[in-house]
Amino acid sequence: MLNRILAISKKEVKQLLRDKRMLFVLFFFPVFLLVIFGYAVNYDVQNVKLAIMDNDKTSTSRDLIRSISSSSYFEIVEYYENDKRGKEILDEGIAKGLMIIPKGLEKDIYSSREKINVQILIDGVDGNSATIIQNYSIAAIYAFNNKLNKEASQKVGFQIAPPIDLKSLFWFNPLLETTIYLIPGLIALILIVTAVVTVSLSLVREKELGTIEQINVSSLTIFELLIGKLTPYIMISFANAIIILIAGFILFGVVVNGSYVLLFLSTLLFLFASTAIGIFISVVSDSQQVAFSLATFVSLLPATLLSGFIFPIESMPEIIQWSTNITPAKYFIVALRSIIIKGTGLQAFWEQWIYMFLFATIFLLLAMIKNQQKLKNS
Amino acid sequence: MYSIEVKNLRKEFGKFVAVNDISFNVKSGNIFGFLGANGAGKTTTIKMMSGILEPTSGDALIGGFSIANNPNAVKLIIGYMSQRFSLYNDLSVGENIDFFGGVYGLSGKEITKRKEWVLEIANLKNQEKVLTGSLPGGIKQRLAIGTAVIHKPNILFLDEPTSGVDPLSRRSFWELINNLSTEGVTVLVTTHYLEEAEYCDDIILMDAGEIIADGSAKEMKEKYLKNDILEVECSDVIAGLEILEKQNYVEESSIFGNNIHISVNENLKNENQIKNLLETTHNIKLKRVHKIVPTLEDVFIHLLEKRKNAK
Repeated sequence: MLNRILAISKKEVKQLLRDKRMLFVLFFFPVFLLVIFGYAVNYDVQNVKLAIMDNDKTSTSRDLIRSISSSSYFEIVEYYENDKRGKEILDEGIAKGLMIIPKGLEKDIYSSREKINVQILIDGVDGNSATIIQNYSIAAIYAFNNKLNKEASQKVGFQIAPPIDLKSLFWFNPLLETTIYLIPGLIALILIVTAVVTVSLSLVREKELGTIEQINVSSLTIFELLIGKLTPYIMISFANAIIILIAGFILFGVVVNGSYVLLFLSTLLFLFASTAIGIFISVVSDSQQVAFSLATFVSLLPATLLSGFIFPIESMPEIIQWSTNITPAKYFIVALRSIIIKGTGLQAFWEQWIYMFLFATIFLLLAMIKNQQKLKNS
Repeated sequence: MYSIEVKNLRKEFGKFVAVNDISFNVKSGNIFGFLGANGAGKTTTIKMMSGILEPTSGDALIGGFSIANNPNAVKLIIGYMSQRFSLYNDLSVGENIDFFGGVYGLSGKEITKRKEWVLEIANLKNQEKVLTGSLPGGIKQRLAIGTAVIHKPNILFLDEPTSGVDPLSRRSFWELINNLSTEGVTVLVTTHYLEEAEYCDDIILMDAGEIIADGSAKEMKEKYLKNDILEVECSDVIAGLEILEKQNYVEESSIFGNNIHISVNENLKNENQIKNLLETTHNIKLKRVHKIVPTLEDVFIHLLEKRKNAK
């Protein structure tokens, strides 16, 4: 039995080595996606362009401006003088936000008579960035307030600290870097696409060329055939996963915080589920062309849109949330984020293993049923 | 002693009956020809006999194993070469042989030994590293049959092995089949080249899923063509045909090139009758009339025409 499996695997590797195009796709694709997603997809908000109308022009108002511009979040592009120019700045996208400092800011602060309003206008087209800009500016003004309080109390001779001093820290991804969040999803995306496409193509090619008949008529069992065919591709997928992890470390400093054993086992289960989809596709399609289109469609789209890779599943409408179960990438990404980013143990994501196993079983069963039907009618 | 015994084998695809309760036996060591037009059910029958297609009903014993109950045992003792070219074009000659040897579970030593043999019969000695896709058709076919028997099966199924192969290669291919048969391998071969049927010990002819004739080529000619076939050469073929058709001694008539072929029964006493009829009565010059040896093609056309008319 081992002999026969080995014969299949050997043949598969030799064919692959001669197929330069496929090899290129297999090894270029991961690096390509990594660079694209790593550098292009970025929700980190930095150097937000801000324009300022300073109606006060005192040392206090300049202090406030300095405390905002000194962080790396904001870059001040213009000081303007009237509301008309302010409108232009937002309309033409010269800046993403306006800050309007009222006249009498300094006077009002030290007389503490009136409530002071500093106005911030944010370009809300990109809601996500707008929220982040809002939070940053609130934080900057809060920090400025604290500074003033401290100075004032020091002058009086005693110290009054604010009752609650808020210091928030982000756990797992302290700098909220998008790449750290994306790399696990990227591993899932690349593995599912390469696994589904290569497995389905390699099986359908035999059908298209008629060589499958020669294999069917030998005493090779379907089990031996599948193991023999899948082993090389699963090994390639692991190689791919390792490439992404190494590139992720070198380019973006992403490190695996958790156990490599859990990482390996999760990946194996995920590949099991992905190859099951590939097998199913190979059963329902009769030409490599159909298989390729079907495989990229079925693997790429759900793994990008529905897996939680980019868009959080919790914020989808319920019916869409339910449909996210059509991709095993959804489960794998949860496991990967737990292992790579959080460094947690199996207790945090063991259900995902069960889901992936169930997913693979269901697809293999469907493939078997469909195959039986085809055998009877062809 | 029969190597293959087919009993009431039947295959339906939905409402379509591809193979309709056929039965036949093949003697051990024989070359058995399976003839018929495309779509007659030959390939379906072979697939059932190879254990890769489940019959709707009926059974076949292949080397004593039932295809209905024990298809996997059948697979081990047969070699099969499918209609479509079944080697990997992107593998070298040697890699193809290694692969099929491996799939049939041969050990490394056995493969090396059999590889020599396959290379020899395919005329590919010292060309192990050549890519299979770059070989000429005839050589590919020989390599395919070599790999199909790499595990030394007793029974070999060849599904249209010579389609698309040039006549010279076809001839040497049949020599190869003959050699295998003298070594004791039972060969069942489908073809639609009727002249190839002459190489077979026994033949069956299939049409629309049914066997419509069986026996050796010689038997078939005697059994199914009781009448003599005469070739008539005359100055006006069309008029001649019209006249001859109406005679009570002519059963079937057809035009072959510039000549008329007629099958005649015992009402024709001698060939002068034709001469008198054409020359004296109708003023058509008769150049020649002579009896010809019928080919299998004559037999099959006769049988298929008869079936068509009966329907």
